[in-house]
Amino acid sequence: MLSTTSQVKVDPRDAKLSMAHFYVAFIALAIGGLMGLLQTLVRSGKFELPGGIGYYEILTVHGVLLGLVLTTFFIMGFQHAAVSRTAGTHSNAARRTGWIGFWVMTIGTTMAATMILMNKATVLYTFYAPLQAHWIFYAGLTFVVVGSWIDGAAQIMTYAKWRKANPGKPGPLLSFMAVVNTVLWFVCSLGVAAEVLFQLLPWSLGLVDRVNVLESRTLFWYFGHPLVYFWLLPAYMCWYAVIPKIIGGKIFSDSLARLSFLLFLLFSIPVGFHHQLTEPGIDPAWKFFQVILTFLVVIPSLMTAFSMFATFESAGRAKGAEGLFGWIKKLPWGDARFTVPFIGMAAFIPAGAGGIVNASNQMDQVVHNTIWITGHFHLTLATSVVLTFFGISYWLIPHLTGRKLSKAMNKLAIIQAWVWLTGMTFMSGSMHAEGLLGAPRRSAFSLYNGAKQAAEWIPYQIAQAIGGSILFLGIILVLIIFVNLAFFAPKGEEEFPVGETDPNAEKTPMVLENWKLWIGLTIILILFAYTIPFIDIIRDAPLGSKGFKTW
Amino acid sequence: MHIHKYEKIWLAFGLASLIVFLTVIGISAFYLGNKPPSCLTTINPEKVDQTVPFNHPGLHKVEGKEWDYELVYVAQTFSYTPAEVKIPLGAKVKVIATTKDVVHGFEVAGTNINMMLEPGYVSEYVTTFNKEGEYLLLCNEYCGTGHHLMSSKIEVVK
Repeated sequence: MLSTTSQVKVDPRDAKLSMAHFYVAFIALAIGGLMGLLQTLVRSGKFELPGGIGYYEILTVHGVLLGLVLTTFFIMGFQHAAVSRTAGTHSNAARRTGWIGFWVMTIGTTMAATMILMNKATVLYTFYAPLQAHWIFYAGLTFVVVGSWIDGAAQIMTYAKWRKANPGKPGPLLSFMAVVNTVLWFVCSLGVAAEVLFQLLPWSLGLVDRVNVLESRTLFWYFGHPLVYFWLLPAYMCWYAVIPKIIGGKIFSDSLARLSFLLFLLFSIPVGFHHQLTEPGIDPAWKFFQVILTFLVVIPSLMTAFSMFATFESAGRAKGAEGLFGWIKKLPWGDARFTVPFIGMAAFIPAGAGGIVNASNQMDQVVHNTIWITGHFHLTLATSVVLTFFGISYWLIPHLTGRKLSKAMNKLAIIQAWVWLTGMTFMSGSMHAEGLLGAPRRSAFSLYNGAKQAAEWIPYQIAQAIGGSILFLGIILVLIIFVNLAFFAPKGEEEFPVGETDPNAEKTPMVLENWKLWIGLTIILILFAYTIPFIDIIRDAPLGSKGFKTW
Repeated sequence: MHIHKYEKIWLAFGLASLIVFLTVIGISAFYLGNKPPSCLTTINPEKVDQTVPFNHPGLHKVEGKEWDYELVYVAQTFSYTPAEVKIPLGAKVKVIATTKDVVHGFEVAGTNINMMLEPGYVSEYVTTFNKEGEYLLLCNEYCGTGHHLMSSKIEVVK
């Protein structure tokens, strides 16, 4: 659905804004990835950190930089480019808003990072009270979230401008998707903002003495689960709306793509209790209710899987593929822009199945807080999402910098993805297996007083170190490609691929653009799932907790 | 909105399996009683040592209840009290635990005992120890520098 206002090339001024986000994202990847390598080495039991650096300090750096900084900066950079490309160049006001968002996020990141490096905030990226970090850490995180709101507002401004100029027409698909993700982000990050602003900041500043621990955890997980969908949806943007163009096919269905995004908006927020299944103080009936809502994301996930393979098959058949699986051979396996995200897509099949285990009441009790969980989100976030992000950068970075992805870099990018998959198979595979035996997540190397069970875990931890080392090699490769594409690749025009719908496809129904309806439904579901248990949590609260610094 | 016939079949299959999953989980939780640990009892986290039953941690035989023993634990950075306990094989035990300071995990590796301990709340789980041997109780929620050293031993003996 190419509209008249869509630009084939992202305006250079918007490109600069996007690139600023990517520089921060890839610096975070470099440092955070190194920390990940060190963690797997420490936990193998064969290596100790020099200079008295604490394991949990580097664990905090790893989680904050990769889970919060890399993702948020990459996503905002990508969405700026996607909106500018499909809904038209940012106005000066929108662009200025974007820059303000960028700087607020960057200042916040610096504040939080400084506190972590000074060992004043070794609370991991989930910062569970009553562990009490320095107030500057919490203020820094607030800046990151508020900055991302400002950044997102800029994207909504440009989208609204397009809608106003094209009355009665659904907005361009990629922009629509970026806006859904931004709305999801606004609604869910209100939870963490409330936790930090009303609970943790005043408490760490000494303005209040005590904090309600369960309330803070509930607010955190109201945010924490949609956070993973905020990471995932930009990858889906690429799968739904970019990949069809790369493989020479058409978008399977514009309306179903939009509908699945809206279903993610509905079902990703009122589900935080499935992270709190083993916690006291929450009624099991409410836990089960949120488990049901959790499972409903299966529907848009299955819709996505169907659309992807339908697109692949029809593209293959249009190129003359025969037989049941002949179309597989017609896919452009030599093109990194396709193959790299495809590997991520394939990883989502076991990753999603693992997620169903985690969300099931009883099975969660077996795996909760074991290293199985770490294995799970290294498949979802650190494989499906991150490989897709890498795949996006291979055309987006040169598009923005006026360069071209050379044949050599394309090849290196494909090698990088296979290296990544190999490393992750070792690391995530052994994490899953070790977790089933009971080994905990987020723990340094320990013999647990010579316990026999713990001794059985060590071979898996060595496998994780091997996987971690291979993954670090993967990070070096992707950084080489990034630096090449940003500064050294040959000058030229790299396409920003935007998929088109079949010309015979039905018109997209305008109800999908009825934001009042969808945001209203989202709020109703949230109120339904959270009001009563949240009132119970506050009403039946025990004496609150003072702050502890146990690191 | 047009939905392709194959997609309808695919989604119907997905929805059907969803309903089966949820029914299994629901029946298991509410009919068979396999609910996740969700004790609603609160406690003053600063007076744990003076509060029954946490003033006497350890294994206690009880009469006239659905379980034979109560096993009481107090967690604090970076240890559990008691540090070691022997349980007779086949005993039905109610595990009762709480924390004196930050959030801790309470996981007995190789069993289904896995719950969060949060300041101000009591966590409970009823289970039967059917297999002889040594079990490692460990903290699986980050609690500070000594998190990975926080453990205790459970021996199930004949």
